[in-house]
Amino acid sequence: MNQAFSAGCATGPTIRERGQHEVFCGLTSIIWLHRKVQDAFFLIVGSRTCAHLMQSAAGVMIFSEPRFATAIMEERDLAGMADMHDELDGVVDKLLARRPDIKMLVLVGSCPSEVIKFDLSKAAERLNRVHAPKHRVLCYSGSGIETTFTQGEDNFLTALVNEAPASGPQNETKLIVAGCLPDVVEDQFTRLFDDLGIEGVQFLPGRSSAAMPSIGPGTRFILAQPYLGAAAAALQSRGAERINSIFPLGEQGTTAWFKAIADTFGVPEDRFEAATAAPRKRAKAALQSFLPWLEGRRMFFFPDSQLEPSLARFLHSETGAEIIEVGSPYLHREHAAGELGLLPPGTAVSEGQDVDLQIDRARKADPDLIVCGMGLANPFEAEGRLTKWSIEFAFTPIQGYEQAGDLAELFVRPLRRQSVLKSGLGFEEGAPCS
Amino acid sequence: MQLSMWTYEGPPHVGAMRVAASMKDVHYVLHAPQGDTYADLLFTMIERRDSRPPVTYTTFQARDLGASTADIFKTACHDAVDRFKPRALLVGASCTAELLQDDPGGLAKTLDLDIPVVPLELPSYQKKETWGAAETFYQLVRACASNRRRPETIAANTCNILGPTSLGFRNRDDVREIKVLLEENGLNVRVVAPLGASPEDLARLPEAAFNIVLYPEIADTAARWLKKAYGMPYLSTVPIGVSETRRFVAEARALAGLESVPSPSENKDRLTWYSRSIDSTYLTGKRVFIFGDATHAIAAARIAANELGFEVCGLGTYMREFARDVRAAAKDYGLEALITDDHLVVEDAIIEARPELVLGTQMERHIAKRLRVPCAVISSPVHVQDFPARYSPQMGFEGANVIFDSWVHPLMMGLEEHLLSMFRDDFEFNDGATASHLHAHSPAAASNQHTAPAGISVEDQITLPASATLWTDEAEKELKKIPFFVRGKARRNTESFATDNGIHPITVETLYDAKAHFAR
Repeated sequence: MNQAFSAGCATGPTIRERGQHEVFCGLTSIIWLHRKVQDAFFLIVGSRTCAHLMQSAAGVMIFSEPRFATAIMEERDLAGMADMHDELDGVVDKLLARRPDIKMLVLVGSCPSEVIKFDLSKAAERLNRVHAPKHRVLCYSGSGIETTFTQGEDNFLTALVNEAPASGPQNETKLIVAGCLPDVVEDQFTRLFDDLGIEGVQFLPGRSSAAMPSIGPGTRFILAQPYLGAAAAALQSRGAERINSIFPLGEQGTTAWFKAIADTFGVPEDRFEAATAAPRKRAKAALQSFLPWLEGRRMFFFPDSQLEPSLARFLHSETGAEIIEVGSPYLHREHAAGELGLLPPGTAVSEGQDVDLQIDRARKADPDLIVCGMGLANPFEAEGRLTKWSIEFAFTPIQGYEQAGDLAELFVRPLRRQSVLKSGLGFEEGAPCS
Repeated sequence: MQLSMWTYEGPPHVGAMRVAASMKDVHYVLHAPQGDTYADLLFTMIERRDSRPPVTYTTFQARDLGASTADIFKTACHDAVDRFKPRALLVGASCTAELLQDDPGGLAKTLDLDIPVVPLELPSYQKKETWGAAETFYQLVRACASNRRRPETIAANTCNILGPTSLGFRNRDDVREIKVLLEENGLNVRVVAPLGASPEDLARLPEAAFNIVLYPEIADTAARWLKKAYGMPYLSTVPIGVSETRRFVAEARALAGLESVPSPSENKDRLTWYSRSIDSTYLTGKRVFIFGDATHAIAAARIAANELGFEVCGLGTYMREFARDVRAAAKDYGLEALITDDHLVVEDAIIEARPELVLGTQMERHIAKRLRVPCAVISSPVHVQDFPARYSPQMGFEGANVIFDSWVHPLMMGLEEHLLSMFRDDFEFNDGATASHLHAHSPAAASNQHTAPAGISVEDQITLPASATLWTDEAEKELKKIPFFVRGKARRNTESFATDNGIHPITVETLYDAKAHFAR
């Protein structure tokens, strides 16, 4: 099953696997998208499984009425006893009556709706005719047969880009920062852009559906997240030009990212220095206290969010950790090239997953820390191994200078916890779990 | 199509996973796309299980749809059997794979595996989690226990316990409690299934004298089949609450041919005395709304009404399969049962019933929190809190004690409630300030209510519809002078009196007219 081929960079041959993927599907990116775009509502057109997934895996039962829901398809829809489009219209009417404050309704395709080829773009078009301009309706697919976890965001941003107005002299967007960033990070970045004297910066997605950027030739964009292959292609097809960089994780990543932008906009060297000197110093200082925990530690990444190459690069070059394997559900070779190039030659990189084989490799390598999904973490802990839930990297603000220390701390926490518990619980003797 | 922000049950293949994960040496190959693996973390995170559930997913992708997804399934079966060496294999499809019509059962047959293969037909677009678990358990029992010989002589005191599963509400502790209870009564529990059983254990089911169906939702089908196939009688009294536990023991002893005597562990029962102690007087007639799975909802209503002295003002379930039982139970309390899996309908019913306590699922906990009504969780869907580190059964005598604590604590304790009433006009101790131990259950009033005068009691916290505006200010003030543990009743009675007599608005006069009217 495994084929090896050259990744065209310094790392070893990529291990390409197909088998059981222990990765969330694209629907789950709704969890952060619905918090970010505050007047949007995400309606999954799917099955009971989709609803159950959102509630138990992602919603963790903390929201009693979140800004997402599922239109659950039933036997009568599939058997043709009811017209699916009529049914969907009915659900949308019911929803909008309950939540009239919703400005943007996003229909999200799922595995079953994709398999039966339920045409959501047609449905969105029809619903737009009825509900626009009060409620804008758009659609994308978050299905697990097409997307993993963060790729749902990629498809959502692509849908936004396809809807975005062309930029003209009136509303000139000079720079688009693509990729959902926590508000606090967005605000920090905005202040840095001000200090660098770069104007006309817009974030995609915006915090409200009305604050979406305009796009046109002359617009530059930079990715804040590494999983935006489709969105980048859509931006390019609208004439926008990509600024290439590694991603803003850690002090070095953030500096490289801002430097790439500053160079593109001709920001003088001394102004760049002046704007970034203080935060760079803070970031380095924040990292200091965590280094003793991470230097020389052996890390193993299971695939989750496509952030893995960037996280591995950060751990390797900023904390001195050793990287055993970087698993990613999908590798965008062009966008990840910079990150992979900074890893030591021969670092194992895997794309896709056969979870059983990967577990075998992890056990054999016996790393100091395994970064993996929640389905695997407790079983690994029961074997006496240390784990870090990968999902936290998607939910926690980790980008930028001010978060460099927080990012390191996420990796340190399990290590520190083990050292705290060791004496108290007699972990060394360790009662074996059944 | 159904609009769902919250679902009480997962899809049927999650029910099948619960049965597979309950057992030893069983593996489930599930034809499913990537993403369906989320279900693993129900077990590893919510239940804090220390191993992965025994499930292999085929994880097919869009690009496989043109080629052969059937081959992917066959490869996954082979690999799973080689790697995990199960003694029985379950095969099935999730909702997406069901649409592909690959027929996992047929495909698995062609593989010549030397272990029993149980094909599961779980129609995802019609059925739900619990039904899926029941069907899977039934199919497994049939596969393992059919064509067995029932021994000629069977000790009359031998029995099996059927129904407890992984991810079941407090099932782990219930089994421990009930096993001890049965054994101290001279019964010999041979097999507990599916929780902790192997396929060989299922094959031994017909060797016991009778079955005990602890959770009818899961084990009813299998128990009925065992009765038909082997003439095994079964007992399906659910031992939740003191009186039902006593009845359960008596019935089990009768089936075993033993005469009826009190259980030694009855001395553990504290509910009976606590409920009679004067501090519990304040429980009398408290209106309680109950919603959950059928077993726990019916049991809750019985305990609430007969063992704690509450008034059941609403009873319902999300399980259509058990609608008949819940309807029959509701009739005992003069109620129409609420049978729905739409949480918005449940919310409306709660507002309408104006309870003083809600016993429900995690969803009702959210609803009650919003309405500022105390709530205790009595049923699945399970939450990480439903797997406490301490021993905390719902069944048996200890279970009754646990229930007393967990239902009564969210309400104010009697003494505390009376003191709050006495100090109502004190600037610090007004009855709008909840008791200190209630923070977890009853959050502070929303900020816009902070300016409201002291005297907002539980009864007033449920959002009142238009009728609230029909009171004159003076009458509202007078109402506040009535001790707040009867204020809700006074308000309801006055409003219905006013409606019946076409009085508008309600004055102080109306309030006392109504009081006199209802005193008769």
